[in-house]
Amino acid sequence: MSVGQRVARKVSRVSHVGSHRNFENHRDILIVLLQKELKVRYNNKGLGFLWSIANPLASALVYLVAFQILMRIRIPDYILILITGTFTWQWFTNVVGSSPNAFVGNASLIKKVSFPRNIVLLCMSCNHLIHFLMSVPVIMLFLAIHGRYPTLAWIYGMPLLIAVHFTMAYGLALGLASINLFFRDMERLVGIILNFAFYLTPVLYPVETIPPKLQHFIFFNPAAPLIAAWRDLFMEGRLDWLYLAVSAGYAALFYLLGTSIYKRLSWKFAEVI
Amino acid sequence: MNSEVRSDLGSDMSSDRMSDRDRDRDRDMREPVISFQNVYKSYPLYGHIRGIKNFLFDFPRSLKSMKDESFEALQDISFEVYEGENFGIIGHNGAGKSTTLGLIAGVLRPNRGIVEVRRRVSPLLSLGAGFHPELTGRENIELNGVLMGLTRREIRLKMDEIIEFSEIGDFINRPVRVYSSGMMARIGFSVVAHLDPEILLIDEVLGVGDIRFQKKCLDKMMTFKESGVTMLLVTHSVASIVNICDRALWIEDHRVQMAGDPIEVVDAYCNAAGLPMNFGAINKAAL
Repeated sequence: MSVGQRVARKVSRVSHVGSHRNFENHRDILIVLLQKELKVRYNNKGLGFLWSIANPLASALVYLVAFQILMRIRIPDYILILITGTFTWQWFTNVVGSSPNAFVGNASLIKKVSFPRNIVLLCMSCNHLIHFLMSVPVIMLFLAIHGRYPTLAWIYGMPLLIAVHFTMAYGLALGLASINLFFRDMERLVGIILNFAFYLTPVLYPVETIPPKLQHFIFFNPAAPLIAAWRDLFMEGRLDWLYLAVSAGYAALFYLLGTSIYKRLSWKFAEVI
Repeated sequence: MNSEVRSDLGSDMSSDRMSDRDRDRDRDMREPVISFQNVYKSYPLYGHIRGIKNFLFDFPRSLKSMKDESFEALQDISFEVYEGENFGIIGHNGAGKSTTLGLIAGVLRPNRGIVEVRRRVSPLLSLGAGFHPELTGRENIELNGVLMGLTRREIRLKMDEIIEFSEIGDFINRPVRVYSSGMMARIGFSVVAHLDPEILLIDEVLGVGDIRFQKKCLDKMMTFKESGVTMLLVTHSVASIVNICDRALWIEDHRVQMAGDPIEVVDAYCNAAGLPMNFGAINKAAL
């Protein structure tokens, strides 16, 4: 490399003056991509809404048969434990589990259009958020059947938990999706880790059944306090501030980590995809 | 190379085709809207680190491949495009044409050198790319338009015009999966035609649709030209380079082989490809 080239390397830059892409356009990209997802999902199958709740409902049913009927586990209101666990876990695992494919699956967009790539993940996260919101009435129905009704704590508890849940899932997804472009087997690794996390998170069991000695270990699992907080809110009608604080801490951590990974790598996306 | 390009521009732009608007802009004509200065672009091949497993178990080799293995897509490319010009880029497959457009569109960054773009750029979605087969033509126009940089408000205002231009008829409310490829391209071009950009990047679009629609596209591009839009056209159709472009750039083996008058460039390009064409006989003024 000659001296001239070395000097030239320092002046490598791109300047785009007057880019017409602004906030309104970015917002519209998000809206249109989200509409696309929802339309494709609901236009063709009239029962689209049912599909989005069928999955967690079916798994709750399977666990109910396996654990309560066949293994005869005695936990009061076990069906509610399962419903509140699987529906909230499903939201988390759907976002994180499908994130490695988010950029790879939108290769043609990434290659051709210069827009903030995190819109793709924002769209995916919003999509799953909407599905979760639509399944809340189903959770409420099950709670009502067992004589539990929404309390005042829901009014502030729901938005807080939704914000924390959304941020945590989005941050994780952003980091994983970015890394997956460079290490394509990230997807498999995420699948394995989520499988572990599923059993280590109080989805199928309440926190109280964990041996007291091990109970504080749940704070090492980012998803555990979150799911526990959701269940407390749904079943007891109160917001556990400790769970919320720990989850919010994890959410902030993952968000910062995810965005910094994304920012570091995003300019290379178009060339490695 | 640069000086040659500039002198060529001087003679070209002072021709009688200049409208009043062109004359108004004449004083900043010297300022290029796109300029490449000694641009190098190489892609890392990432041969070894496709997976975490390989990366960890073969760490030294992975590091080495990260540093050493790369593919030079552009080497020392310099050119300038001035406001209102129609600029054609030709070259063999893999010569670096699309990388050049990618750099202008802002999806890629150069490794060395300077890329400057001073106007709004439309992205380079090829026609119909980004369409979703399950959505209707109308919904795809909205999707495509937003990706091209419009807002939904703007699209709603232009929707009828776009649909009318595409001449697609009742099919507009059917899912795109039942469209023929020509119909898809019609929709795609109709969106591009209503973008209202300052710099339009077009990657291989001509030669879609039937003869009548091709003519319509060509006419539309001519109106773009008249309204002072700067167009960058990447194509293998030498005829459209000669017909539409004011200047052409020939990229060969990732370097600029030739730049200047489209007829001369196309002539040299065809000769080099072993398919000489009688372009010398075509008088540009007649076109």
